[in-house]
Amino acid sequence: MRRRAILGYGAAGVGVVALMLFAGWWQVDGPGGPEPIGQRPVALTAMDFRLTDHEGNAVGPETLIGRPTMAFFGFTYCPDVCPTTLSDISGWLDDLGDEADEMNVVFITVDPERDTVETMAEYVGYFHPAIRGWTGPEEQIARVADGFHATYERVPTESGDYTMNHSASVFLFAASGRFVTMIDYHEPREFAVPKIRRALEEEMEGAT
Amino acid sequence: MKKYILTSILAALLTLGGLSVPALAGPEDVVVENAWSRASIGVNRPGAAYMTIRNTGDEPVTLIGLTTPLAMMPEIHETKTNAEGVSSMSPAGKIAIAPGESVALEPGGLHAMLMRLQEPMTEGETFPLTLLFDDGGEVTVEVTILGISARGPED
Repeated sequence: MRRRAILGYGAAGVGVVALMLFAGWWQVDGPGGPEPIGQRPVALTAMDFRLTDHEGNAVGPETLIGRPTMAFFGFTYCPDVCPTTLSDISGWLDDLGDEADEMNVVFITVDPERDTVETMAEYVGYFHPAIRGWTGPEEQIARVADGFHATYERVPTESGDYTMNHSASVFLFAASGRFVTMIDYHEPREFAVPKIRRALEEEMEGAT
Repeated sequence: MKKYILTSILAALLTLGGLSVPALAGPEDVVVENAWSRASIGVNRPGAAYMTIRNTGDEPVTLIGLTTPLAMMPEIHETKTNAEGVSSMSPAGKIAIAPGESVALEPGGLHAMLMRLQEPMTEGETFPLTLLFDDGGEVTVEVTILGISARGPED
């Protein structure tokens, strides 16, 4: 019966369901959905932090209000997840083309000890030009993560250095600062770009 | 699939022709394909390399480690992302590959983590990476270095 109802939405609906199943399969290692209850970020308007962008400008949540925002956490000494996320985001921005010009795209380091303003400037320079790198004192980074309900922790490595475990999702906010949704790490791109467009459209609705 | 068949045919032809085939040595039945990595900024950050390791034989093979002149501490690591969306990395330990099966080292999963780089990884260059198996066999593959923002072997 339920299947018949889904078919009623036509092939597109079936395609979406298939994609959702595919996304579910990606999550096979972890029980629970992509947005566990209690893990949603607060609105940007409810956050309070002071950071510095990769060009040395003072920034905070108010910097992001007025345009839709894509924000994510990482660190430049990250060998796998972060370059992959930055590459994915660069690809999404390429797909969005001119629409991407309407957005804030912010990469926030969870490793301020190594990720200075200069380091962030060099690093983001290798990716899409819309991507801004934000860093700041440890206690301010902690405040950002708190607002996002994101987590990070420092883990020593065998080589005597350390690496960081951190939230790898990409967070999307409407121009009003309201949290819209997140894009999980490894979510298929077919999902990501429509989600970003949704955040962009919220802005349009808010403007009318 | 097509690529696999082509690779097998190519490997067979080259072997018949008496030419050595990179990535087809040691455990004779191990074929490594699409080995790639991203360029590094300097030598302070660990690099990562990706590839598909295929066991074309009738016996299981077990990958136990890596060596490369490029890095003092190359190790196979695995990135895991939990239900809360938090990603972490840890050494993967031994990796058994059943006959006819393959293991993908790819972004966000298993990868060759290249710690303590001896020199920067420069886009356009290659470096040798040797896979060590539990039977003492070794397979050396040339890994292509792509740009920092590369997404896969075709980039």
